[in-house]
Amino acid sequence: MLCDQCRERDAVVHLTQIVESEVTQLHLCEKCAAAKGIETTVAMPKHPLGDFLHAVQQQASPSAGDQVRCAYCQTSLRDFRASGRLGCAQCYTAFEGALRELLRRVHGAARHRGHEYEAPAVSSEETALEQLRERLQQAVAAEEFELAATLRDQIRALE
Amino acid sequence: MTLDLSLLPDGGMPWITASGPHADIVLSSRVRLARNLSGFPFSPRAGDAERLRVLHQVREAAADTALLSRAILLRVDELTTGERHLLHERHLVSRELAELDAPTARSGSAVLVGDEAALMVNEEDHLRLQVFRSGFDIAGAWERAAQLERELGERLPLAYHHEFGFLTSCPTNVGTGLRASVLVHLPGLVLTQEIGKVLTGLQQMGLTYRGLYGEGSEVVGNFFQISNQTTLGRTEDELCDHLARVVAHVISRESEARRVLSRDAGYIIEDKLWRAYGTLRYARSLGADEAMNLLSGVRLAVGMYLIGGLSVYTLNKLLVFSQAAHLSLAEGRPLTEIEANLARARYVRGVLAVEAGEA
Repeated sequence: MLCDQCRERDAVVHLTQIVESEVTQLHLCEKCAAAKGIETTVAMPKHPLGDFLHAVQQQASPSAGDQVRCAYCQTSLRDFRASGRLGCAQCYTAFEGALRELLRRVHGAARHRGHEYEAPAVSSEETALEQLRERLQQAVAAEEFELAATLRDQIRALE
Repeated sequence: MTLDLSLLPDGGMPWITASGPHADIVLSSRVRLARNLSGFPFSPRAGDAERLRVLHQVREAAADTALLSRAILLRVDELTTGERHLLHERHLVSRELAELDAPTARSGSAVLVGDEAALMVNEEDHLRLQVFRSGFDIAGAWERAAQLERELGERLPLAYHHEFGFLTSCPTNVGTGLRASVLVHLPGLVLTQEIGKVLTGLQQMGLTYRGLYGEGSEVVGNFFQISNQTTLGRTEDELCDHLARVVAHVISRESEARRVLSRDAGYIIEDKLWRAYGTLRYARSLGADEAMNLLSGVRLAVGMYLIGGLSVYTLNKLLVFSQAAHLSLAEGRPLTEIEANLARARYVRGVLAVEAGEA
């Protein structure tokens, strides 16, 4: 998008102004924004999390996908975009498509090439059920009834 | 719970002995692996009971490992703010785990400290295992970290994805979960103003740098922590080798800078460093950053053989034990900034007098 002012450089500052209930949007390049006295120190953070969040935010055009929730921990894609953190291991499956793209941007690759791992043998379905039941008990004890209802549905589905 | 670190050899800081290669330039090498248990939400999202179960399972598994069987468990969630600061000053817990600004830490947060390895539990990931080595020894740190990880992985079901590798709370750590880092002292490069080029070069090589205390900490006293930036798409060996190769180059640049300094600015640099020593020897009040910068000067002087009779080990100890939480512990009470500055000067004077054979 070009700068509304000079029509030469890319707009990097997006300003929403509300004057007497009239909403106007202004897209400016860094130079024109500075000329208008608008703070533009959008310094690029140099630590990986900063880069990552930056990549997340760039992608963050609100879409229906944002409402997708991880069935296990109830984290939504929107929560993730806000915090930069996933809620549980299952989130990686729930948001697989979006994550693959982000991982490629952040790491320059989306496929693990390091040590491979196989967890010590236990029936995964059984443990999943067991864990869900335990979480249900805890949720009830903590009076988190909304979570309890979701967990109960998940248990039924597995059974 | 009262914090008693006296049972730990080197107070949980195996790197402090300065016995490793290039110990005058490289304080420590560290390899950290992030892992999570499958079947629990990641620690920040988990409930109190879940985090306690994670801790319980990890303790049991760790007791069966070679590196942590005799480890000491410190329940970070039962420590005071001052005690948590102290562990952080020793690099035993991260800022995240210590929750330095909060009155209490997250429930279930703990650290297991062994002779050669430490394991943080319920940090942003369930497990953050780390191995510190004295001096420049990434390979040694990686070897031990891998052994510990293998032993833990045989006893605990770790969260792993066929495509993404080891799963972590923040996707910046996913894949290998490996962060290898070296803490280097680069005053020569700073004084010859070569440091900018070197740091830019690091970033172009896919590495990143931070201050003495990792993420979010400022560079003080010319100490830089250099580490790999990405964790996915390369093998653990490749990540470690790459860092080691680049750091070896940085060490040779630093040595070269020191040669240039003594050749071209011999007496100026000698005078500057002896003045730093003199201030530490006799000052009555020392600020935290001030002490760090003066210690940097003395460390350089020792490395350039300008000051004899002072060991890098002593300098490492001064670096850790002159920090605020350590001074508070030694004085047995919380200190105001002014009191801490007085206590710091007293402590440093005492140590240097002993080393000079005057006490």
